[in-house]
Amino acid sequence: MNQPVLECKNICFSYHNLKGETKALTDISFQVNKGEFLAIVGPSGCGKSTLLSIIAGLLSPESGEVLLNHQEQVKIGYMLQQDHLLEWRTIWKNVLLGPEITKTLSPEKEALALKLLSDYGLSKFKDKKPGELSGGMKQRAALIRTMVMEPGLLLLDEPFSALDYQTRLMVSADIGNIIRASGITAILITHDLSEAISLADRILVLTRRPATVKKELPIRLTLQENSPLGARNAPEFQELFTQLWKEISDEYCGGS
Amino acid sequence: MNIVEAPKALLSNTCHKKEPVSPQALYVKKHHRHHHLITLLRFFVLFLFLTLWEFSGRLELIDTFFFSSPSMVVSYFINMLLDGSFFTHTGITLLETLLSFFLITVISIGTATLLWYSKTLSEISEPYLVVLNSLPKSALAPLFIVWLGTGMNTIIVAGISVAVFGSIISLYTGFKQVDKEKLKLIYTLGGNSFDAFHKVVLPSCIPVILSNMKVNIGLALVGVIIGEFLAARRGLGYLIIYGSQVFQLNMVITSIIILCVIAMCLYQCIQWLEHLYKKRAGS
Repeated sequence: MNQPVLECKNICFSYHNLKGETKALTDISFQVNKGEFLAIVGPSGCGKSTLLSIIAGLLSPESGEVLLNHQEQVKIGYMLQQDHLLEWRTIWKNVLLGPEITKTLSPEKEALALKLLSDYGLSKFKDKKPGELSGGMKQRAALIRTMVMEPGLLLLDEPFSALDYQTRLMVSADIGNIIRASGITAILITHDLSEAISLADRILVLTRRPATVKKELPIRLTLQENSPLGARNAPEFQELFTQLWKEISDEYCGGS
Repeated sequence: MNIVEAPKALLSNTCHKKEPVSPQALYVKKHHRHHHLITLLRFFVLFLFLTLWEFSGRLELIDTFFFSSPSMVVSYFINMLLDGSFFTHTGITLLETLLSFFLITVISIGTATLLWYSKTLSEISEPYLVVLNSLPKSALAPLFIVWLGTGMNTIIVAGISVAVFGSIISLYTGFKQVDKEKLKLIYTLGGNSFDAFHKVVLPSCIPVILSNMKVNIGLALVGVIIGEFLAARRGLGYLIIYGSQVFQLNMVITSIIILCVIAMCLYQCIQWLEHLYKKRAGS
């Protein structure tokens, strides 16, 4: 059970331009276990998204390595900051974009997509264009698009940041529940500390650029009901929040 | 039946008057009235122009030998219809324009695609495209005549040369402006640059391509007429140049009016395509 799905070893990465190099990540190491929900927080602009792109294989690290569990052939799903549904396609065609690209479209995939649509309350909107859906519904459709690929590891790059506050609470609760229920391993990047506490099992705090792992914080909440909204009412919530805030604000003040 | 229905209609009419008219209905009515007024005034301007032209000719304020007149244009046009020259000349110009337009569209979409795929290629070709685009293409026409002879090839190449470079540049710019994050989405789903191009870039650039086509159809016509001025024995461009040389101004003006109508029709065709696309995309 405690076999890591993902292991990052001493990852370094810098951006280059003619004026010089900007170090984004130095010596980042951590691992994620199966079924775990890991949140990564850090000061803005510290290279969180870069780290996710490296894990997804869109960028290759300058040194260090990303190890995925070979026995299970982990597929990676990636959720971007915005839904990026293609507005000229119907929701149904959008949801099936992944299988269409990887040429794995099959009746089973379609059945899965249909099931996910009805699970997430979007069956009625199957043949609608994205423009006709609300922000929260679009984000759920984007999640379905990712889940249809049956990923073993889900990467979430501030997936709620484009939503307004109320929708954001609703959708993050929604999506948190969906991910918990499916038992999928997930890495969430966020700058919203309470979101991180309410969703994650463990929080990784990164330093300011060049980012490295500053602290690992396990989250154990005593809950009446197991939901992200309920988590915000847990007795430990406030203390964890203060602790996290201290770690992050140190990073902001330390440099300037 | 009519007798029975008449009072009914009357009744409903009177009832309607008593009911307060909704603001929406009022707005729609006002909108339509405005629309009709504009159409009416447009025709009135045309009518006024034609009358002025005709009567200043008749009253010998202008010399109809140089300026022609609407009635002379109409009778010349009827002659053209009767001896069939209308169909040969208009047909050949239309054919050349459509062929150049088609080739411009294919070449520019193809080239812009290549440039999108290869950054190196686009960087190498950029200064050449800029120079070729700003060069007055009519300067090239004599060269085309020497290389390709006088005939349809030269004219079509002239038509292409006028529009193709600008078209490549604006299509490439359009392709480049596609949201980078949408391309990233394709890569995160396991796609390659081919998927990114035909799943995201091409569909999201259809409006750009259509508006580019609208510009190109006009420019193709310009190029074809320049070509016909220099290297043709048939076509409206030839009629205009020939007519001016033999002082047959009826021929020149009639040809110009036919050109106006052609230009309008071609533009409307693309507009109709655009409308069709919008309707499909909106549903």
